[in-house]
Amino acid sequence: MKLTLRRRQILWAYAFLSVSLVFFVVIRWYPTLLAFNISFRDWSVFQNSGPWVGLQNYQDIWTDLFKQRSAVRAAFFNTLRYVIIGVPIQLTLGLMVAMMLNSIGRAAGFFRAAYFIPYVTSLVAVAFVWNWLYAPQTGLINQILLALGLPMQGFTKSPQQALYSITAVAIWASLGFTVIIFLAGLQQIPDVYYEAAQIDGAGRWHIFWRITLPLLNPVIVYLSVLQTISFLRMFDLVRNMSDQGQGGPLNSTTTVVLEVYKEGFGSYNMGYAAALTVLLFFVILLITIFQLRVLQRRVEY
Amino acid sequence: MTTSAESNAERLLRISEQMAARPTRRRTRFSWLTALIYLVLSLGAVVMIVPFVWMILTSFKPGTELIDFAFLPKNPTLDNYYLVLTTSSFGRWYLNSLFIATVSTLSVAFFDSLVGYTFNKFEFPGKTLIFLGILATLMIPTEMLIIPWYNMSVQLGWHQGNMQYWGIVFPGVITAVGIFLMRQFFDSVPNELLDAARIDGMNEFGIFWRVAMPLVKPAVAALCIFNFIGNWNAYLWPLIIASSRQFYTLPVGLSFFRGESTTQWEKIMTGASLATIPLLIVFILFQRQIIKGIALTGLKG
Repeated sequence: MKLTLRRRQILWAYAFLSVSLVFFVVIRWYPTLLAFNISFRDWSVFQNSGPWVGLQNYQDIWTDLFKQRSAVRAAFFNTLRYVIIGVPIQLTLGLMVAMMLNSIGRAAGFFRAAYFIPYVTSLVAVAFVWNWLYAPQTGLINQILLALGLPMQGFTKSPQQALYSITAVAIWASLGFTVIIFLAGLQQIPDVYYEAAQIDGAGRWHIFWRITLPLLNPVIVYLSVLQTISFLRMFDLVRNMSDQGQGGPLNSTTTVVLEVYKEGFGSYNMGYAAALTVLLFFVILLITIFQLRVLQRRVEY
Repeated sequence: MTTSAESNAERLLRISEQMAARPTRRRTRFSWLTALIYLVLSLGAVVMIVPFVWMILTSFKPGTELIDFAFLPKNPTLDNYYLVLTTSSFGRWYLNSLFIATVSTLSVAFFDSLVGYTFNKFEFPGKTLIFLGILATLMIPTEMLIIPWYNMSVQLGWHQGNMQYWGIVFPGVITAVGIFLMRQFFDSVPNELLDAARIDGMNEFGIFWRVAMPLVKPAVAALCIFNFIGNWNAYLWPLIIASSRQFYTLPVGLSFFRGESTTQWEKIMTGASLATIPLLIVFILFQRQIIKGIALTGLKG
């Protein structure tokens, strides 16, 4: 049978896609469905099955949310705190640095690289470098405080300061990324807007609020969503900066993903852990839909 | 009429004077501001870089020097490196990370390009549906898949022996982000060129590999760099699936390393330096491409 050119093209296309199709079905879609399935069961890894318990796991999470001293309750509130503190500071600092970098000529490349270095580094290594900087008594920061005659701080060892200390490191580690994206956004704003505004005698402050910020709106939405999701998924830093990696002291730093890890792979409470990840999935989904909505509504200036 | 024409000319003159005067005025009036910007940026750069400098300096200090506070090592030594590399499995973890990052990067470079190419250059039934099916997996957070992946791996024995390498690699051998990017980059390859190759009797795979691929080399290079960095730094999944010490990747090994040398910061900093320095070199070498790639794609590593 002689194949037409069109038929042959179709066969080639399917041949090229075949491995990837199997991959996405077996490694992405099936596990997604399996995650939902596991979240409705009292799942055991070793039997690869478990009795159907309906919404029991979700109910357990709900009850834990109201239990004082429950790690999961702490995880939900901490994760919220990481997002609420981390995202605005991250974006503000990122925009400030980007605007400064955008206004200078000389050495901009050097500064850009300097701010970006932590971003290519393993977060585990970053965690340990900061553990050492934060160390009680011998750490660099406490030594500087001592030299300045200020009281030494507990940082990650103190239940009051630990979450903020870790948030600071998270902001430090991905500031470079935020700066690069803001820089790209700033460079897309046509110079004519600024020239026109200057001719009209608009002040710097006015120009910032009336031109720069509105024109950066899509970038700001994009970055807030991206950073919100990445703070929602906090794990590497907390696992390596809190005592024994358990989200301490006194559950003050634990996150939802760390609890997934502890429940699922520490206590092999797989159904409960899967239910936590399903909740995380829906939160991220809502945020992503929100982003798509807002970006579609974007006004052309 | 004449007066209005004159005033128009006057206004134009005024504007052009202002435009001409702007650069000089800016330089004289804003010089203090520029100085301030450079000062702030420099302070920021110090905060970004000092942790790494401190990490490397600490790794050259004998343990006894850590207590008496000094910035530079008094008796710089390579003992820490010697000890860490001989008494722990660091060497092995290095090779593991290198192997895993290389394998997954090669696989991603090949399959993401092939699939991206197919979506860009071929017409076939179900194209939109399949593309959306792949794109939708971007919304599924890894955290939701680790529990099903772990279950599947246990069933198939991918969490034991040499299969652990495959266990660590398999979730990342093809990526939706890469497919999406490559699909866009293949726009730059003209269809006429592909048709010419078809007329010459080249088969479709040859056209992809020998005609289209060489034209998108910069895009493939960027994809490879990001993927390599991402896999080198990956933590959550390797932590779960690598059950025996010899199969740890660098971040996983480093995170367990803490337990072994509790407060021996000089050893921990040596480990962190060993994990970080290769990436710093990669970053310094490919700095421009990495930053340009991030700005272009908004990739979150």
